[in-house]
Amino acid sequence: MEQESKQFTVSVYTENNIGLLNRISAIFQRRHINIESINSSVSEIENVSKWTIVVNLTEEQMKKIIGQIEKQVEVIKAYYHTEEEIIYQESSIFKMKSDLLFDERQIQNIIKDSNARIVTVNKQFFVIEKSGRKEEIELLYRELSFFGIMQFTRSGRIAVSKEEMKISKMLEEAFNH
Amino acid sequence: METNTIKQTQETLQKTERISGSEAIVRCLLAEGVSTLYGYPGGAIMPVYDELYKYQDQIHHVLTRHEQGATHAAQGYARISGEVGVAIATSGPGATNLITGIADAQIDSTPMVCITGQVASHLLGSDAFQETDIVGISTPVTKWNHQITKASEIPEVMAKAFYIAKSGRPGPVLIDITKDAQFEEFDFSYEKCKGVRSYKAVPETDENSLKAAAKLINAAKKPMVVWGQGVILGKAEAEFKAFIEKAGIPSAWTILGVSAIPTAHPLNVGMVGMHGNYAPNVLTNECDVLIAIGMRFDDRVTGNLATYAKQAKVIHFEIDPAEVDKNVKTDVAVLGDAKASLAGILPYIRKKSHSIWRRAFDDLYAIEYEKVIKNDLHPTKEGLTMGEVMKEINIQSKGEAAIVSDVGQHQMIACRYANFNQTKSNITSGGLGTMGFGLPAAIGAKMAAPEREVVCVCGDGGYQMTIQELGTIFQQKAAVKIVVLNNDFLGMVRQWQQLFFDKRYASTEMTNPDFVAIAKGYHLNARRVTKREELAEAVQEMMESKEAYFLEVCVEKEDNVFPMIPTGASVSDIRLS
Repeated sequence: MEQESKQFTVSVYTENNIGLLNRISAIFQRRHINIESINSSVSEIENVSKWTIVVNLTEEQMKKIIGQIEKQVEVIKAYYHTEEEIIYQESSIFKMKSDLLFDERQIQNIIKDSNARIVTVNKQFFVIEKSGRKEEIELLYRELSFFGIMQFTRSGRIAVSKEEMKISKMLEEAFNH
Repeated sequence: METNTIKQTQETLQKTERISGSEAIVRCLLAEGVSTLYGYPGGAIMPVYDELYKYQDQIHHVLTRHEQGATHAAQGYARISGEVGVAIATSGPGATNLITGIADAQIDSTPMVCITGQVASHLLGSDAFQETDIVGISTPVTKWNHQITKASEIPEVMAKAFYIAKSGRPGPVLIDITKDAQFEEFDFSYEKCKGVRSYKAVPETDENSLKAAAKLINAAKKPMVVWGQGVILGKAEAEFKAFIEKAGIPSAWTILGVSAIPTAHPLNVGMVGMHGNYAPNVLTNECDVLIAIGMRFDDRVTGNLATYAKQAKVIHFEIDPAEVDKNVKTDVAVLGDAKASLAGILPYIRKKSHSIWRRAFDDLYAIEYEKVIKNDLHPTKEGLTMGEVMKEINIQSKGEAAIVSDVGQHQMIACRYANFNQTKSNITSGGLGTMGFGLPAAIGAKMAAPEREVVCVCGDGGYQMTIQELGTIFQQKAAVKIVVLNNDFLGMVRQWQQLFFDKRYASTEMTNPDFVAIAKGYHLNARRVTKREELAEAVQEMMESKEAYFLEVCVEKEDNVFPMIPTGASVSDIRLS
């Protein structure tokens, strides 16, 4: 029976190497799977990068793709998680006209109620930063779009797992081998 | 321990020499035991060629006539020897011409290192002359690739390249080296790579998986083995033979697995897959335990997965964890190296003969013999068959030749009918199905194993895709025996057009040149056979020749290869006509 597609978050621990983005994204591309978001950063381990990738697919496809990712020489370990297995956040910034702060007083309430914060204000524009789940950011977007948003951007998801991912131990073992 | 490290460092330091990046590349190749490499010079790789000129008494560079030929020759070299094949080319078109061979090596797990020159690092990204992003282009078809922009990176990267290419499940690695890094001088020393922390070449074998597999095998009434190239790549032929003999299991092969045990072995029940033998295909859907060893359940092997071996418990011996459950759900996965796993399971295996079950294979073989094999090998009609040519080659080779085939009808016939006594003897493009593979791969095979007879079997289509490599054969005096089975058609496509497209032969008829004249143009001995009476003697003449020899056999134009599993059909719905 065909499994249902759902959202998975993939954590990939890798060496920090040029070209690895191509290698990993190609694994999704060749199976015609769209990447919803992708983030690469340093991890808790020195000289090890961590990728957070969000995709929609079946669990069966997900397992096979994890195998293909782990097979890459510079990948240390890959995991996939369901929404319940992680704590995740996204970040977003909104650029808006400064006049609005004075002309449309409810904007300040919206910002306060949504737990967003004002990063900077100058004569022309002010910038709001909001971190949270995608839905919270989308809600804020809807509320602010009424007043006109000059620029908006949202980051990819970043996530930590509730369960331990034993990368340090794996690397220790690899070194000792 | 610490003093050892210090001592080693001192030794390394003492061995340090100031040399150019290009000389370092050649020294790395020598350190890795490379004696032959295949390639084509050009602007961005000229410094390395200059060093190859200086080192020509230690390392033999073979000038192919096209970079694609260099990769296939390197593959042929690797497949017959088990060593890493090496190809080298310049930047831009030189590099892109390597791609087909690299993709072929990737899907067929062939250890290969490709070296490409690149424009100077300050020109990268500027659309410089003959600049192409070969690292980007080759990423999806390499096991690993890397660009070097500083000479000091060369030793470590080259060592890693060879380690990755040959360890675990082998594959192609591409190293791209900018021209300035080739000129740059640095303090050279070389140490072989012993491991890469993010890469586990061979997964550990779980003893429990061996026990679980043995339990299923010992309880099986109708077990069947399907083995692939993993047995050969893992140098596990002896362990494999001991395993199937003790367990008494009829064993079938994929086209890359054949020759791991002699063709005449009583437990060899033939080839699985689209044009495989009748018995193993049909009985795949009757066995109770299917033991897959070093194979990956390719769609050409399984036919329709929804009806593939559903009744059987599946055991998968596999080195690459990503292959487990990829296509066929396994009941027991035995991860690890085939040699170790098969040796490890042997003590748990009970001795059996399964004589009644084995008779089922004999009975179906008899049907296939009557309906297909007899007509292929001993035809009564006038036209020559591809099968009878293979029969004559078998008579002359006595199973000792390596058969290098191209892709198409002749390939299926060659794989079905060739006799093999030695391992690593069937060299063909399996996963990628690369027409044009045969001729250059035969050159590499012959050069790696000059003591062996190497027979290249081609169709008239694929032969013309790399026909220019006759120049390499002539220049290198590589004593390759070339047989072109000429039906003036792209035969396999024509067969499909006949069966599935109402005989609309769209662009499959070939108006062919005088192949004998072309071979003679390259100063090769050459002969054409059109009649059955001449065939045996012509094949004998070819096989007895000490030099390269070209034999064209004009075969029946519209013969089909059977048995056949039509696309989307079940393995047990294999057609005999």
